[in-house]
Amino acid sequence: MRDAVSRFVHDGDTVVIEGFTHLICFAAAHEIIRQQRRDLTLARLTPDLIYDQLIAAGCAKKLIFSWAGNPGVGSLHGMRRAVEQSDPQPLALEEYSHFGLVARLSAGAAKLPFWPLRDYRGSDLPAVNSAIRTIDCPYTGEELATVPALNPDVTIVHAQRADSAGNTQIWGLYGVQKEAAFAASRVIVVVEEIVPESVIRADPNRTIIPGFIVDAVVCEPWGAHPSYAQGYYDRDNDFYVAWDTVSRDAKGLEAWLNEWVYGVGSRAEYFDKLGEDVTARLSAKPRMSEGVNYGF
Amino acid sequence: MAVRAARELADGDVVFVGIGLPNLACNLARATHAPNLVLIYESGAVGAVPERLPVSIGDPALVTDSLAVASMADIFQFYLQGRRIDVGFLGGAQVDRYANINSTVIGSYAQPKVRLPGSGGACEIAVHASRVIVVAPLSARSFPASVDFYTSPGQAGKYGTRTQLKLPGGGPTRIVTDVGILAPAKHDGELELVAAYPGVQIAEIKTKVGWPLRVSAELEPIEPPTAEELTLLRDVLDPQHLYL
Repeated sequence: MRDAVSRFVHDGDTVVIEGFTHLICFAAAHEIIRQQRRDLTLARLTPDLIYDQLIAAGCAKKLIFSWAGNPGVGSLHGMRRAVEQSDPQPLALEEYSHFGLVARLSAGAAKLPFWPLRDYRGSDLPAVNSAIRTIDCPYTGEELATVPALNPDVTIVHAQRADSAGNTQIWGLYGVQKEAAFAASRVIVVVEEIVPESVIRADPNRTIIPGFIVDAVVCEPWGAHPSYAQGYYDRDNDFYVAWDTVSRDAKGLEAWLNEWVYGVGSRAEYFDKLGEDVTARLSAKPRMSEGVNYGF
Repeated sequence: MAVRAARELADGDVVFVGIGLPNLACNLARATHAPNLVLIYESGAVGAVPERLPVSIGDPALVTDSLAVASMADIFQFYLQGRRIDVGFLGGAQVDRYANINSTVIGSYAQPKVRLPGSGGACEIAVHASRVIVVAPLSARSFPASVDFYTSPGQAGKYGTRTQLKLPGGGPTRIVTDVGILAPAKHDGELELVAAYPGVQIAEIKTKVGWPLRVSAELEPIEPPTAEELTLLRDVLDPQHLYL
């Protein structure tokens, strides 16, 4: 992870670490914090705790998002301090709806300049974000909304497994990981397990990202905690609730970063620090799917 | 509110489910009068049958035994914009006289008094779902005459009516509150009281909105929750009382 972040994430980059509730790569964010990257533009549908931590650690100058909260719990206090008090530094916001941000990544992946969508009529969002525009359909004359392509410098995707070439398989919710990877100039894949190529080839329909667009593959078990990996470990909902207290004041959040990010050298150390009580509580029970016949 | 919202659903409806009370309502409907309800979550789970009450909209229990898992691009483009969704659920910090919904900011956008989470999928749900059920407790603070920010379009407003805007879906059609139900009038889209819960005075309801509330000529009868519904909610669907 240290090498991947050092080589492929640079100061000033536009960075996407996606994953909708599922497969959010906290391990990569923590390494970015440890390497003290600065002036990043962070894009994600739901900034979640992962960007709250990056913002509070002073890594970000801008946030592109569509829903900013701690799901089911409350506010993102780190993000709000940056927006409201410029603490630790000012944070510019660029706001869409989910569909709008998904469409930006779709355009980016398809290397089109924009994406049309039937949305935003009767909403104030275009009035506060000049990137949301309209176009008259050349076939029907209908006025459609448009959003510009989003092409991140680097996208980081967490997944259950990949081979060493980066052919990546995800099951369960896969959000916009595919679009975010294809839209990016550089792609880092972080997995729970590296498997032989034969395992990938035995079930090709499950491959979301082909290895030839991937720049680095990192094996980092429990790398998504407190998010989850279907079939490996459950979401740590207690952590999401506890974060509200931890992050409520800047000092508390800083103490947490000191203990859990700067205070550990790697995800393996973080995992040991979590302890068996937590990992046993979250480990997934088996619910295997049946294989299919790929023969001809 | 959960029981009332559940009864708004018909068997076979394809529902875009939000987290919290709407989620509870959908699972209650599925366990009672609407076993063929299709639950779709914006996270990508289609035909979800969650074994436990999902804490988040992307809970792994939504995937286990579901009918399909779709990418979010498919969810928004094919399912929602493709007009396959019968019912959407929305909440919000403010709902106004014409059912416009604000989940973005209280105060001005540039200098907000309170910064809220933002749209998420709300704007497109309000645009595309055939009908939208809003679940929110009634109070003058949450139901002003006009919202501070139009996150999701209602029946009419400063940008025009839904017909003028050529919005494909029906928008908010039922506002389920803790004291009664509001619905937009056919002729002008203004929310009016269409049902009061047993024991609630209409005069009291009128004090809980920020405009002179019209009362429908014929109020709908409201049956109180049955013992079965309450047992399901309290003992089976939300035994830890996360949302109740």
